[in-house]
Parts: sequence; C-alpha cells; structure tokens
Amino acid sequence: MAEATLPGVREDSPLVALLKDAGIAAAIAFLLALPLMGFQTLDSGTTVELQYRFHWVAIATVGVFFGRIVFTLLYRRAGAARSKAPGIVGQGMARVGEGLGRFLVPAFILFALILPFLPFADRREIDLATYVLIYVMLGWGLNIVVGLAGLLDLGYVAFYAIGAYSYALLAKTFGFSFWLCLPLAGILAAFLGILLGFPVLRLRGDYLAIVTLGFGEIIRVILVNWQPVTGGPNGISGVPRPTFFGLPFTNDPAEGETAFHEFFNLDFASLHRFIFLYYVILALVLVTNAVTLRLRKMPIGRAWEALREDEIACRSLGINPTNTKLTAFAIGAMFGGFAGSFFATRQGFISPESFTFIESAVILAIVVLGGMGSQAGVVVATLFLVLLPELAREFAQFRMLIFGAAMVLIMVWRPQGLLAHRAPTVSLGPGSGGAR
Amino acid sequence: MEYFTQQLINGLTLGSIYGLIAIGYTMVYGIVGMINFAHGEIYMIGAFIGIITFSLLGAVGITWVPLAILLVLIVSMFFTAVHGWAVERIAYRPLRGSFRLAPLISAIGMSIALQNYVQIIQGARIKPMQPVTRGNIPLMEANGFQVNISYLQIIIIVLTIALMAVFSLIIARTALGRSQRACEQDRTMASLLGVNVDRTISLTFVMGAALAAVAGVMVTMYYGVIDFFIGFLAGLKAFTAAVLGGIGSLPGAMLGGMLIGLIEAFWSAYFSIEYKDVAVFGILVVVLIFLPTGLLGKPEVEKV
Repeated sequence: MAEATLPGVREDSPLVALLKDAGIAAAIAFLLALPLMGFQTLDSGTTVELQYRFHWVAIATVGVFFGRIVFTLLYRRAGAARSKAPGIVGQGMARVGEGLGRFLVPAFILFALILPFLPFADRREIDLATYVLIYVMLGWGLNIVVGLAGLLDLGYVAFYAIGAYSYALLAKTFGFSFWLCLPLAGILAAFLGILLGFPVLRLRGDYLAIVTLGFGEIIRVILVNWQPVTGGPNGISGVPRPTFFGLPFTNDPAEGETAFHEFFNLDFASLHRFIFLYYVILALVLVTNAVTLRLRKMPIGRAWEALREDEIACRSLGINPTNTKLTAFAIGAMFGGFAGSFFATRQGFISPESFTFIESAVILAIVVLGGMGSQAGVVVATLFLVLLPELAREFAQFRMLIFGAAMVLIMVWRPQGLLAHRAPTVSLGPGSGGAR
Repeated sequence: MEYFTQQLINGLTLGSIYGLIAIGYTMVYGIVGMINFAHGEIYMIGAFIGIITFSLLGAVGITWVPLAILLVLIVSMFFTAVHGWAVERIAYRPLRGSFRLAPLISAIGMSIALQNYVQIIQGARIKPMQPVTRGNIPLMEANGFQVNISYLQIIIIVLTIALMAVFSLIIARTALGRSQRACEQDRTMASLLGVNVDRTISLTFVMGAALAAVAGVMVTMYYGVIDFFIGFLAGLKAFTAAVLGGIGSLPGAMLGGMLIGLIEAFWSAYFSIEYKDVAVFGILVVVLIFLPTGLLGKPEVEKV
C-alpha cells in the first residue's frame, strides 16, 4: 500500500515529513485504542472481567498510519486543484440549486405525487417515504426557528411529543377525528411554545439552547412519569387510525359503517391506508412549505431574518424582538405539533422512547446540514440523514456510529451546510446580501 | 435534622462530581465560545477507562486501596485527556472561525459517535464494580437515624476541592493560565502577541477531559455501576450547572455543580425521585429569567 503511493510523495513533499506525520497520528491512535479497544469488559455477576484484544489495537494503529498517508496524499492533490478558486464552490452550489430549482422542484413534487403508483413502490417504500416526509416537515418547522429567526432550539422534539400525545389523548378519550385533532394539536403545541418562549426568549443564543434542551427533557420526564395520563414508559397504544373522511380502512367495518374499499368498489388492501397516510403527510409538508415561503415574504418573515442578522439594529428600527421571536417559536412549534399528531396516527402507538434528545439532535442536524434557512437543503439533508441509516439497516450495530461520524464529517467538510442559503430574502443592492 | 444532614452530604458528593464535569464545559465555553457537547461522553470514557484500570490492577495484584485509586486516577486522566485532545483536533479545530452553530452540530455528532463507539466495543450492558472502600464515619445519631459520611464521600469531596485549588492556581499563576485568559479575552490579539492559540485551546480541552475523567472514576466507585449512556444525562446536568453558575466562570461552575447536586438530593429526598430532573431544569429556567448570565457570570456587553 505504501509502495503504491510513494512516487507521488517524492514530488510534493519530503517523504520523512509524511512518515513522521503518519507516525504521530498512529501513536495517538494507539493511545486512543489501547484502553478501550485493547480491553473489553465482560460482566460476570458483581464485577467485570477483562478480555484482552490487543490485535484490535494493532489493527487500529496500523490502519491509522496508512490511512493518514493515503489521506494526506489525496487531500494534497484535491487541495491543489481546489486552491485556485477557494470559496466559490459553496456559492456556486447554491446558485446551481437556485437555477435548477425552477425545474427540479416541480419534478420533485410530481415524483412525490405519483410515487405510490410507481411499479417499485411497495409497502416498505411508501412507509419509508412517509418517514422521510415527517422529518422534512419537522425540519421545515425547525427551520423557521433556527434558520430564519436564528434561535437555537435544542428541544424541538418536545413540540413533536406534545402533538403526538395530544392527538392520542384527544382521539382516544373524546373520540375526536384526526382532522379535528390536527389543528388542536398544533394549537396546543404553539401555545406551549409561547408559554416556554415568553420567559426564555430574552436569553442569548447558548442560554436559550440549554433551556430548550432542558424543556425537552422535562417534557420527556413528565411523559415517562405521569402514568395515569400518558401511560408512562409503556406509552399509549391503540391510537385511532385515520379515516378517509369518515370511511375507515378496515376489512370488516363495524355495523352501519362503510369501509373505504366498499365505498369505492375496490378489493380490500391494507396498502390503501398507507397510501392515504402518505398523501396526508405529503399535503401537510406542502402546506408547511407554502406557509413558510409566504411568511418569508411577509413583514414578520422579514423581521425574523433581520433579527437573525442583527438584533440591535432591529431594536433600533422598532421591531419588538421578543414578540417577533415568539411568533417564530410558536409557528415552528405548531408545525412540530402537526407532525407529531400525524406520527401518532401513523404509528398507532406512541411512547416516550420516540421523543428523546437524539430526535431533537437529528432534526437540528437536518436543518444545519441542509444549510440554515434553505428549504431545499432540508429535503436534501433529510434524504441523507434519514434515508441513509434506514437503508443501512444491515449494519444496525454501526448505524448510529456512522450517523454521528457523518455529522462531524459533513460539518468539517461544509460548515455552511449542503445548500448554503444564508443570504436574507431581501437586501439592498448587490454585495450586501452575504453580510453576516 | 439528621435526615437533612445526610442529604446535605449526599448532595455535596453528587455536586462535586457535577462540578468537576462542569469545569470542562465552562473552560471550553470561556475560551472558544462553544458548547462542547461531547464532554459528557468524555466523562463516560473516563469512567470506562477507570473500571478497566481497576480490573487490571486487581489482576496484577495491586490491592492497597490508596495506591490503586491513585494509579487509576492517573491512568484514566491521561488516556481520557488524549480522547479530549483528539475530539478537539478532529471535530472542532477545523471549524474554528466558521459560524456559531457549526461546532455545536459537530459536537452533537461526536457525542453520538463516541457513545455508540463505546457501546460497540464495550457492550451495551451495565458494568458493575465491587466497592473499593466500604467504611463509614458516623457523624451523629438521633431517633435511631444515623448520619454517615463514607470514606468515599470524603475522598470525593476532598479531591474535588484539591483539584479546584490546583486548577485555580494554574489559571491564575502559570504561563498556560495567562495564555488561556488572554485567549478568552481576545484570540486574535493574543496570537499577535505570541500566544500559541491552537496549543492553548488544545490544552484547555485536555484539562477539561482530565477533570471529567476524575469525575468518571469517582462515579464508578460511588455508584458501582456504569454503562455507555451515563454521559448524556451527567453532561446535561453538568452543563446546566455551568450555566447556572455563570458560564465561563470557574468558581461559578463549582458553585453551580454543588447547587445542582443539592437540589437533586433534596428533591429526591423530600419530594419525588422521578421528577428530580424536572426540578433541576426548572430551577435553571427560573434562575436564568432573573439572572440571565447565571449566578457568577459576567454580563456580556454587546457592542455595535
């Protein structure tokens, strides 16, 4: 392996420096691998026994040594090619995205619309698409808070949970239909967003982050412990399934009810419900996008972006920062609530397990990796972050490890996100748009 | 009263551990201005290295307790510090100077990756450990309730105070501490004046990781069980402690840690153990509303 790459080295740099660099990397890898990889703790009753795995340490060290050499060489070659036009790549990509947008977005929507009827679309594919769309919706909801208003929210999953639980409880207790519960869940989530936001939105960036994170944990702890209402760790099962405007998707409808397939003279297929659910979330997602795009053109949306760019300037121009932030928070929360109630009706079962901090982190990662404020970026990032681990189910054990590592690598590679779109929607003249 | 005293001791012990982790958060925040989300995982790694070293010493035959604890602390601090250094080098240094959220996302990714890395290589099951010290010192007794302070609790509290003193001295007196304070105030100016900023920041991460390792070893001895998931909640609470005390302030982190420990102990004792985390975060919110920069934090002046 080393011999194969040597000819390139002699031209670019002294071989010794390269070997020294790789040697240092290998030494660090050795120190990192020695304690945790070298010894495995096997529990035997009241204490642990050690198993020695020094060959792992050796593999890791040697692997890093040669990996470092290969990486350095590749990086140097790539760097030489790229150094001619630094910084243009990101803008170029965003511009390409805008140019293609006119053509791609309708194509994408069309594809989403006909997806269930495509020949390869089976239950698994439709389920996966539904799953992706839920995250797109959550990403767009959070995008309002983080991307547009610039408020760092680490507890977004709380609103998702509130939406899910309010749907489950309202539908189970009062027998409300999905279409009645959906706005109620959204309103409840928005209300809680305001309730939380009112005291904490005066805080600056990172303080806000930790308080929202704490809020997310509080909601989860309450869900786990408030047994009589939330069912505790067992969650709520038997959440009512949605009906097609009153027509249930069952093979054997109750007395006096007409099932969906009977009404439309179709053969019963369980797939109908999944297709219906898919269209519901697709509609919700499109509504979210439309609302967000409209809001961005309205004074309130402009105020969000202005606030993100410079809070002091906003205040001196007469924008009330607290109220403006509150609306962003509440609207973001509302979409989270919608997504939550859809999640509840799709799963038919909810438990606090689904609303852990990792979910918040994933949603935030979708927004930031996509490029904050970019609607298309959210879709790309969702496809990347949700679909990839889902397809890599075979490596179930390594799924989250790969996920975390990918987050780090993407950030290091493109800190501004996959599709950077930080420029405010409006700006005065050319050149002032990119100012931070 | 006796019950109260006992809870006070338990709370202080717990608070010492939170405080040690919180220092890592607060130092990093002070110098780089980012939340090092992976710090909780570093603490967890410290605990794992601790338990491995304990088993190794048992196998080698070193059973004299003070020596064993000392060796475990040194080994764990060293290897955990290497982890802390590597995390900074891989996930944060390339992002220095990019926008505010980038290192945070990178840190969250690092945290997820480290957690699952340890789960894969060490297994997901709970790791138990035999208690190292067993002794108690009875302090007072009344109404059949005995107030005890265990040797371990004494070790934890004393060690925390000693480490606090050492680190305060490092920050206040040494060249490294001066560089750290200089970087905290103005990184560009510091580098113009010949401070090696990269090295200073790396050393800050190393120091934070070493303290987290101490906390990890202490927790391993105190509770006797660890698993790969302990880093998340402990990290969250320690960060809460750092914010509560005023982030960027070293005594603030310790104070915040103690307060969080006490709140947790008393809430569990007098109200409900299930809602202790709610109490912790609730109090954080209340404090931040009235003192937006924490208890000992300096108010941030925003200039146009």
